[in-house]
Amino acid sequence: MAEFIRFDRITKFYGPLCVVENLALGIGKGEFVSLLGPSGSGKTTLLMMLAGFEQPTSGNILLDGTAINDVPTHKRDMGVVFQSYALFPHMSVGENVAFPLQMRRLGKAEIAERVARALDMVQLSAFVDRRPSQLSGGQQQRVALSRALVFEPRVVLMDEPLGALDKQLREQMQLDIRDLHRRLGVTIVFVTHDQSEALTMSDRVAVFNKGKIEQIGTPRQVYDEPATRFVAEFIGETNLVEGVVEAVQGQEATVRLRSGAHIVSAVSGSVASGQPVFLSIRPERVDLSETRGEARNCLETEVTDSVYQGDHLRVQLQNAAQPLIAKLGRRSREFPPGTKVYAAFSAGDCRVIAP
Amino acid sequence: MPMKLAKFAFASLTILFLVAPLIAILPLAFTSSVILTYPIPSWSLRWFEELFTADAWRRAIFNSLIIGTGTTLLATVLGTAASLGLRNRLLFFCGSIRTLFLLPMVVPAVVLGVGMQVLLAGFGLTNSYAGVIIAHTVVAVPFVVVSVIGALAGIDERVELAAQSLGASPATVFRRVTLPLAMPGVLSGAVLAFATSLDEVVLTLFVAGPNQRTLARQMFSSIRENISPAIAAAAFLFIVATILIGLAVVLFRSMLAKRR
Repeated sequence: MAEFIRFDRITKFYGPLCVVENLALGIGKGEFVSLLGPSGSGKTTLLMMLAGFEQPTSGNILLDGTAINDVPTHKRDMGVVFQSYALFPHMSVGENVAFPLQMRRLGKAEIAERVARALDMVQLSAFVDRRPSQLSGGQQQRVALSRALVFEPRVVLMDEPLGALDKQLREQMQLDIRDLHRRLGVTIVFVTHDQSEALTMSDRVAVFNKGKIEQIGTPRQVYDEPATRFVAEFIGETNLVEGVVEAVQGQEATVRLRSGAHIVSAVSGSVASGQPVFLSIRPERVDLSETRGEARNCLETEVTDSVYQGDHLRVQLQNAAQPLIAKLGRRSREFPPGTKVYAAFSAGDCRVIAP
Repeated sequence: MPMKLAKFAFASLTILFLVAPLIAILPLAFTSSVILTYPIPSWSLRWFEELFTADAWRRAIFNSLIIGTGTTLLATVLGTAASLGLRNRLLFFCGSIRTLFLLPMVVPAVVLGVGMQVLLAGFGLTNSYAGVIIAHTVVAVPFVVVSVIGALAGIDERVELAAQSLGASPATVFRRVTLPLAMPGVLSGAVLAFATSLDEVVLTLFVAGPNQRTLARQMFSSIRENISPAIAAAAFLFIVATILIGLAVVLFRSMLAKRR
């Protein structure tokens, strides 16, 4: 995939506060990249710099090979969708969507045709003459979406666009946006703090923490192969277990836990023998049984609590000094508190993370 | 129940206190007598006739309209520009500058008047329309600033950012987005500026020459020279004009609100 956007050693200070630090990131043409991170991690600032609303303190932003630092926002040809919709309250839905086309001095007939098509794309053709205030939140955001897409911008930027919607609508919109991206093939940079949203929609996810990218990869990579402790904890839920590397064999390492038990685990980075590390074990990868099974890794534990959560059972376990959590499917057996069980998982179901 | 009655009585008395001067002067506009006193012998429109035929009064009305219009235009443009500038939160001493803009509201008019006369004399602008308009603008701008700042505060900054990203240059963003959204505030500011100019006496006394006598100034001097009921007729005109403008603004604003 040809690289289309490049952040080249971008640093941004607000006064003495460093919000983005020496950041490098490349985004391919037609790619859907999510910037995921907690609030204050610099992801929105990076988006604002790409849109031209903010200037980097140092570093270059390149679009299609050309530095755009000095190009003002209105000449960057990027559609922006905000969490607050940011529709023009004094214009009708149709006028809102026509606005970017008027700015490009297209003919009346072409504007009318493209507005109709753009509103049709988000199923809002019937609302063309309404005011934004007469629409629901989800409808307003769809208007904002079609306004940002109607002029076929080079990039579409979205700043937590679904944050103000309720859960059900948000999940529907996630699929709608993903579908639009596939149909139109437009490059999308999407900022969110919702990890499931990022996993659902993106080709690649960049995980932000304190102004830096901790990891960038496909949703599968950041979830299954977290590179750092922050990524493992921020995306989904995980069990982090302390240990020391005893041996490394290719892509696997043997780790001795404080309880003395040995775990064989996959490694994403590079670790050396004797190094203190964390093991990340996803709760849904843990199987429980009363007998020691065939699995590579098996820990003796005791059930301390079991919580019914509708689609799964959440079981709290205690292994020596180490608490563990397992998520069991509804088909699995239930264990009352106090039961001694074996927690089993394969080497590929856990990850060694250098602290 | 007695509490409710007491509240009602108190409210009525307060309102009466506020409008009593109006009630006192308005009927005299329709007197047939030549002096400004009660009782009214019989009803007549002779003083309105006087107002529109006597040279001094006609000129005064004419002057008030010229100066009021000039002040409104100048104060609205300057006040709106100032409010836009004061939106920039990065501006150093933003708070102090805002206070400075509002200062003419609280500085005694006499002090402003003296200063204005000295200053305008230096530029040779005393006894000119320009001088009076400038003086009135100084006291009218704060009303515009207060009103427009309020309106601008209600605009989501992201709406303007969105317009930029959609291809609108800063000038176009202002013309198509910011100004239309701030329009109710700008209009209220303009009306307040006009009302301020119409009503202004002290500064006018200091800077205006005999050719720039405004209606308010003419009323002030004629009550000292001869207590003619023409003053009451002029006052009546004032009040009617003010009420009409107020109604027009309310109507226009509700029209704008409905379009949203």
